[in-house]
Amino acid sequence: MIISEQKSKEELLQVLDGKTRLFLVGCAACATACKAGGEEEVFKVQEWLASIGKEVTGSVVIDEACHIMRAARDLRQHKGQVEEAEALLVLACGAGIQSISSSTDQRVIGGLNSLFLGNIRRFGQYEEKCSLCGECILNETAGICPVTTCAKGLLNGPCGGMEEGKCEADREIDCAWHLIFERLKKQGRPGVFRRPVPPKDWGKKRKPGRHSIR
Amino acid sequence: MSLLEQQLAAGRFVVTAEIAPPKGTDVASALATARAFAGVMAVNVTDNQGANMRMCPLAVAALLVREGIEPILQLTCRDRNRMALQSDLLGASALGVENVLVLSGDHARFGDHPGAKSVFDLDSVQLLQVVNGLMAGHDMAGKPLAGIPRFFAGAAVTPEAEPFELMFQKFAKKVENGARFFQTQAVFDAVKLERFIAVARPLGVPVLLGVLLLKNARMARFLNDNIPGVRVPAQLIDRLEQAARPLDEGVAIAREMVAAARLHCQGVHLMTLGCEERIPEILGM
Repeated sequence: MIISEQKSKEELLQVLDGKTRLFLVGCAACATACKAGGEEEVFKVQEWLASIGKEVTGSVVIDEACHIMRAARDLRQHKGQVEEAEALLVLACGAGIQSISSSTDQRVIGGLNSLFLGNIRRFGQYEEKCSLCGECILNETAGICPVTTCAKGLLNGPCGGMEEGKCEADREIDCAWHLIFERLKKQGRPGVFRRPVPPKDWGKKRKPGRHSIR
Repeated sequence: MSLLEQQLAAGRFVVTAEIAPPKGTDVASALATARAFAGVMAVNVTDNQGANMRMCPLAVAALLVREGIEPILQLTCRDRNRMALQSDLLGASALGVENVLVLSGDHARFGDHPGAKSVFDLDSVQLLQVVNGLMAGHDMAGKPLAGIPRFFAGAAVTPEAEPFELMFQKFAKKVENGARFFQTQAVFDAVKLERFIAVARPLGVPVLLGVLLLKNARMARFLNDNIPGVRVPAQLIDRLEQAARPLDEGVAIAREMVAAARLHCQGVHLMTLGCEERIPEILGM
């Protein structure tokens, strides 16, 4: 899921830019799961806004804010409250924020920072394992992605900064190549070490991405 | 053919050292350092070393060529994508730079621009392949080159890194993909050096041992805590601690490593960090 966190109160105040009447939007998917923009957080932000003298004209938690049509429909259902507001404060990931901003001409203020596509270790603890690069190499790397989990995204083994199997950029975490090496050894296959991995085709990661299954 | 390549081919014991480009436009002190190196055959020019922004090494390497000093251009994958790397290589060749040392590059997190976007479009193995492709007359897209460059490409290795087997497979991959010489990270443990050389020697690629001048115990501890892949043994730290003149002891330690290199390696790469005048002693000249 998309891991996000709320902007600090100081930053929120800054981005609110003196607006006093706000419509709040949350997301029932990822932002709810990582406690950044679900029902509960929307309520808390509403209380905070009230405490600093702002008026909340209404709120909605959209099932999946990234669903463009659904977001537009939910906003339409709250048309009156939305129009009454000077701006919409959206507690959703960057994709969600943009579903909203593409559904209204009103000013849309994002209240979260989107961090990464994350796996959940346990509640409140998220790890980035995949960076959606468009050219998956996991079958060769024993199911451990070096593009994402090597701090430098190297494709042909560890850098000179590996020490005792730990990463140069963060001694707390394991070197991705050490993990790959150990797991392949356990599986008794050379995997990615069999060949020099050619440079990645970043052309496969189209920017902006677009995909159609039809 | 570069002097470095010739001398290594002839089996001579080769000495290299390094200079850092200036932070600014004043190259006088870097060039003065390079001129003052005694017994040094080629001079590495570091590339935003430690992820600290400085003048581009290509400019400094070209200035060395003009001075009649042979440069080894360090080229990291951190700051340039595949197009920039190839164009820098072509530029280097046009400016008379033949030796290149291909590196991944230190992570930007530790430098003076921690907010920089690291590139790493290629890694060191892939960049070695690119260097060889250019020498074969084509770029990465397969397009022919008008004027074909000639390089003597080297790479880095950290002989003391653990796990050893994993470090070594990367070393072997670099050899397979065109590394013609190696300069090592600073090594202080002759036993670990021998372990590395025993398996590296059969691959037949010259290894220049990284010899770093320890100035005192504090510096040794700093290296252990902050520089990836460098490990100063406690016993050497004790020697520095107990010495009346720690720098002299550091020179003695460096001499011992040079002696080990004379037995096991094809040369040394000296890192003397401002004490260049001690090089003759370190080399036992």
